[in-house]
Amino acid sequence: MSSTKDPKTKNAVSRRGFLGGMGIGTGAVGAGLLEREAIASPAAATVAGPGAAPITLNINGKPVSLTAEPSVTLLDALRNHLDYTGAKKVCDRGTCGACTVMMAGKSVYACSVLAIDAQGKPIETIEGLPVDNPISTAFVNHDAQQCGYCTPGMVMATKGFLAEHPNPTLEDVKNGMGGNLCRCGTYMGIRQAVLEAAKNMKGAKNG
Amino acid sequence: MANTPDYSWPPMADRKIIGKSFKRLDGQAKASGRAKYTSDLKMKDMLYAAYVLCPHGHARVTSIDTSAAEKVKGVQAVHVIAPAGTEVQWHGKEIAAVAATTEEIAREAIRMVKVDYEVMPHFVNEQDLGKAGSRGKAAGEKVTGDPEKAFQEAEAVSDGVYGIPVITHSCLEPHGCVIQWQGDQVMAWPSTQFVTGWANTLAPNLKVPAANIKVKMDYIGGGFGSKFSPGAWAEVGAILSQKAGGRPVKIYLDRVAEQTIAGNRPSAFGKIKIAGKKDGTITAWQSDTWASGGFAGGGQPPLPYVYNNIPNTRLNHTSISVNAGPSQAWRAPNNQQASFLTCSAIEDFAAKAGCDPMDVFNKNAGYTPRAEQYQYQLAKAAELSEWKKLWKPRDQRTGTMRRGLGIGVNAWAGNGHGCTARLTINSDGSVVLEMGTQDLGTGTRTIMTQVAAETLGLQMGQVKLVIGDNSLPPGGSSGGSTTVGGVSAATRKAGVNALGKLYEAAAPALGVQPEELEAVDGQIRVKSNHAKNMTWVAACKKIGPAGKISETGVNETRNPMGLFSGGAAGVQVADVSVDIETGLVKINRFVAVQDCGLVINPKLAESQVIGAIIMGISTALYEERIMDNATGRMMNPDLEFYKLAGIKDIGDIVVHMDIREVNDKRGVIGLGEPPAIGICAAVGNAVANAIGKRVPYMPMTPMHVLNALEGRNA
Repeated sequence: MSSTKDPKTKNAVSRRGFLGGMGIGTGAVGAGLLEREAIASPAAATVAGPGAAPITLNINGKPVSLTAEPSVTLLDALRNHLDYTGAKKVCDRGTCGACTVMMAGKSVYACSVLAIDAQGKPIETIEGLPVDNPISTAFVNHDAQQCGYCTPGMVMATKGFLAEHPNPTLEDVKNGMGGNLCRCGTYMGIRQAVLEAAKNMKGAKNG
Repeated sequence: MANTPDYSWPPMADRKIIGKSFKRLDGQAKASGRAKYTSDLKMKDMLYAAYVLCPHGHARVTSIDTSAAEKVKGVQAVHVIAPAGTEVQWHGKEIAAVAATTEEIAREAIRMVKVDYEVMPHFVNEQDLGKAGSRGKAAGEKVTGDPEKAFQEAEAVSDGVYGIPVITHSCLEPHGCVIQWQGDQVMAWPSTQFVTGWANTLAPNLKVPAANIKVKMDYIGGGFGSKFSPGAWAEVGAILSQKAGGRPVKIYLDRVAEQTIAGNRPSAFGKIKIAGKKDGTITAWQSDTWASGGFAGGGQPPLPYVYNNIPNTRLNHTSISVNAGPSQAWRAPNNQQASFLTCSAIEDFAAKAGCDPMDVFNKNAGYTPRAEQYQYQLAKAAELSEWKKLWKPRDQRTGTMRRGLGIGVNAWAGNGHGCTARLTINSDGSVVLEMGTQDLGTGTRTIMTQVAAETLGLQMGQVKLVIGDNSLPPGGSSGGSTTVGGVSAATRKAGVNALGKLYEAAAPALGVQPEELEAVDGQIRVKSNHAKNMTWVAACKKIGPAGKISETGVNETRNPMGLFSGGAAGVQVADVSVDIETGLVKINRFVAVQDCGLVINPKLAESQVIGAIIMGISTALYEERIMDNATGRMMNPDLEFYKLAGIKDIGDIVVHMDIREVNDKRGVIGLGEPPAIGICAAVGNAVANAIGKRVPYMPMTPMHVLNALEGRNA
């Protein structure tokens, strides 16, 4: 069982993938490679940075502009440069899932995507869901949260998971939700909440 | 009214709101991402702070140069915390901090701070007492009875080594605050377990009157005992704010700092011998234990735990100072370690004596302060875990996957902290309940509202609750499982007091004395004649010219008036399977029988117990702060190598809340701590039962399990 949070997901672009693609970063991907790429590709990619660059993101169906260095992650762009704070910064390196958002229909760790690289892809944050959406409501019904800091990420991970597994078994839920961590210990409630959300979303196109 | 009003809880059968599983009131705000934690705040002109941390386990700062950092565009303030000459005792200790217009600039600027260190010798691993040398401080021997004689006469003696490592709180929301210092006024938005007292701790450090420090917090992303005080970061944030002309500064630890310096649970190690009879009766205990909670040492578990009336005991303890981040209170300080050491030793004694440990825990219950309670709970836990069917002696397990069962016990004082609630009834019938307390995710908002609604005979939606502000009547610190007892008692008193005034206002219209009235189902009615009544709103219209009644209720810790108590007991059983080829431990089922008092909200109470168990399973299977002897650094200050349990790792959890009238009469008892205590004990014992050998050191990682199977000393 693979969730869309699998780091190998084709559509999601990781920080490392971005650095490799741009030819910046480690010595292994040297300047020579960048040159060859430039020669091979007549329509050379626009080089942004190192200073702040204008970035336009499509968030919850609306274009949003900001100015940030190319090294700024989607998470920092959402939280610091804009004001979408449902996604939380916890591990900041793709382990805990507290920053989960949807990008181009897949759930991704916003801490592991560069904002500049998220341009042109529809991004959905938890703020894009109604307060009483079926997933959040199922979390409330099953008391699947305590301090609540992991919860928005859990909700968005559920959305991504259910998009691929609309009829999950309990075993599916245990596997598919494994990319998000909770410290208060709410997993028992989350298992039931995800199952209930799946049931209530039948026929509903979107969470 | 001259007499003290009757504050007692309504009888179980009469309750309309208390005892019902209302959904947590802030649930939708949190689950929809709309709840604003202080770490989410973004305000005009706000600056972002970042820290320079000491990279060494022990060093002296020989020089520090911040000039390059100061020149970085966007840097608004630089503060040196550890000037040249400062001796630094642990990796991660704060050296300097900067505040800049963006987080990126702040992080870039700290890389421009040049610090030279004279690296000094460090000592970071306390597992081997023999290596502690002068870093250890012996507490002095304590002897009761005649342990020498008891050991000589024993029919069975167990002798084991046990250890539970330092673990870190790993709050998902890191420690920190947004803080603004202008002139002699400070405004702070911290992440804290103590909204009311936060300013009072900070005030002397800033030399600002506590009265001038305003504190607000709506939500906190985890604390678990580590977020009572403002921490060094609040002071540093305030100084940066002042240096930057009074702009607000957001100062939150990054994940590395959070794991390294923001709090941990002290370790505990011990060599423990138990003597007794072949029938499982324990006659003597001897323990040589040691522990460390950081540079200051600390961490002495109360031994023997729960079974503390063993007649013949000899106890020695050594507190060890290590060069590592300081400990903080952790959900039942020292009790988890004590439960682990004690229950492990009892299980090993049972195996030595050839007894079923369930019988041994039961037979020796006379040594506990509440024998009947523990015996009742042991029987219940045995039933729910199918102990009789599933438990087998250590040497009767075969095959690659070996199943085992183990027991852990808990006890916690609890009680209710001192605090004050203010309840206001307005002439339009609206009600406001206020207290400078906080909801850690334990459900404080919900249970306070339930108590007020029950007391006033109203529905949940008719009471507005305001918390999280230090200008409100004082709340207590949310620690020691004292919050629910405190806030429910204070709320009950405020409600009864306010209602007394409302009765005075409404009584003349009903032609009776105020004492003859009661508030039920949205009515004020005559107790002896329910037909004589008026609606809540009509009664409130009788409130005099002030337009409102505002009464406080004060909870006094030492005068519970039957509203709350402490002394919760619990028994837990872990059911695990161990793969003896890979050393992997899997939780099949975890059973918790939890003593509780009057339960205000069963759903939230059960969430507390389940949460404590999941956290405990995480500590039992994965969690360990790993210190590097060579560099003195913490090796796993992150969430990849400091592992937390995930949704698949916890097995099934069965909770039996002991809600009975006999317990209800004890009043409200906090549940944050007690169920968190015995998990390492139960899991460790289950693994020993499964593989036939004691795995001495927590957590139950493949390495530790395989070391035990191969007879290697770690």
